[in-house]
Amino acid sequence: MPAQSIWTLLSWGPEGWSDDIASGVLVTIALALATLPIGLVTGFFVAFAKQHEESSLRLAGNIYTTVFRGLPELVTLFLFFFGMPLLLQYVVRLFNPDATINVNSFIAGMIVLSLIFSSYASEVFLSAFRAIPKGQYEGGYAIGLSKWQTMRLIVLPQLIRIAFPGLENCWLSLLKDTSLVSVVNLAETLRQSGVAARVTRHAFLFYSVAALIFLALAVLSSIATSYILRYLGRREAR
Amino acid sequence: MSVSQAIAIDKPPPQARGWSRARILGYALVGIWVLFGAGIIAYLVYAWNAEFFARYAPAYLQGLGTTLSLVSISMVVGALLSLPVAYGRMSKNPILSALAYCYVYFFRGTPLLVQTYLVYYGIGSFRPELETVGLWWFFREAFYCGVFAFSLNTAAYQAEILRGAIESVTRGQWEGAASLGLHRLQTLRKVIMPQAIIVALRPYGNELILMIKASAIVAIITVYDLMGNAKLAYAKSFDIQAYIWVAIVYLVMVEILRHGVEWIERRITVHLHR
Repeated sequence: MPAQSIWTLLSWGPEGWSDDIASGVLVTIALALATLPIGLVTGFFVAFAKQHEESSLRLAGNIYTTVFRGLPELVTLFLFFFGMPLLLQYVVRLFNPDATINVNSFIAGMIVLSLIFSSYASEVFLSAFRAIPKGQYEGGYAIGLSKWQTMRLIVLPQLIRIAFPGLENCWLSLLKDTSLVSVVNLAETLRQSGVAARVTRHAFLFYSVAALIFLALAVLSSIATSYILRYLGRREAR
Repeated sequence: MSVSQAIAIDKPPPQARGWSRARILGYALVGIWVLFGAGIIAYLVYAWNAEFFARYAPAYLQGLGTTLSLVSISMVVGALLSLPVAYGRMSKNPILSALAYCYVYFFRGTPLLVQTYLVYYGIGSFRPELETVGLWWFFREAFYCGVFAFSLNTAAYQAEILRGAIESVTRGQWEGAASLGLHRLQTLRKVIMPQAIIVALRPYGNELILMIKASAIVAIITVYDLMGNAKLAYAKSFDIQAYIWVAIVYLVMVEILRHGVEWIERRITVHLHR
């Protein structure tokens, strides 16, 4: 292969790899954004269970966190990616004997990352729940709000404000964990950079590009979160 | 109305111990977990394959050794590297502190997988140059590359832990030690560190657990650690129990460490409890 200049390799179009890597970046962002709401809602309910007075609910929540925080992300991903089709196939074959199942790597990544994100987020939510004094609940009940209304109108707004910095950390590790899904052939940033590295034999260049992209995403997120934090702070001041 | 009467009247009625909605839900969820666990055990019993076990159990043990040595070497090297980084982060010299900040920001802001690739494939692609410098034997081995990347990564995290712990000790402790005539290194060793270690123990424990979990990714750069052997066993046998066993081993390791750290923390904070 003739020696190409770095700028040709990094250009946009058939000669360069920027367009391929950019499509990978979009997949990374889509994966992280798709995981976030599922993980946040699950994490909230797991934390809710872990601080509930009912001991069986606490037990169920604690098992969830222990399992998904204790397993390496990669093991969870492989177990899910290779194990889920077997399980689904077994169930589906009871009804339709010739069905075959394939798990989409985006969906598999999304589910696994939500499991991991929610188990970390639940710890953040749990400590936020503990920071809210009991009087807030009692005040809610005293003015005649139902349990659900107290949770939604009184506890939740304070909870989000307390949990926000912790959730920001969870988001940053989620962003980094999306790179693991490249191992099961999802065409995200790292995978696309790896393809470029293998084809052009400029491994150092393209992996540095991938690192800088992740760094840029982290910087962008911290800018975005500082805006959100300012917004939340303004709400509080009123 | 006397006071005692008021208290007697105000006592709330005893809680009804019935089947509330939360209770039903809780039992159902625990039931699901029990079913799930029982299902896995049933599967492992059903799929019990003495040949599989005889063939791969020694490989798993060897892989466990590789994982543990990778993590322990990286933790120690990372701890040594974290000292200058933490010093730089706390230094008043703007260049030093900016350099240390960039180091920490880079290694905490990019995925460990990317860093590992950058070392193994990236630095490894400069073979002629490395051969002239005489470092090729190091970067040729996937295990050494893993150790290299992991040490640099954990050094960034450990530097932040160290800095946080040292800064959590109040200024008065430094001033008190200075007024007793201790110089800075003595102060650090005899006054600051004993207090900082208590703060740092839990984050260090978490970092160790994170490293053990993260070490699974060296399997991707062809190191036969615990995960690497599981991958190999799965590729040869297409038997999902290869991953189930490895998951159990990791889970047990992490739980032992977590409880160990909690136990040590209870022991060294005895003087703080009453």
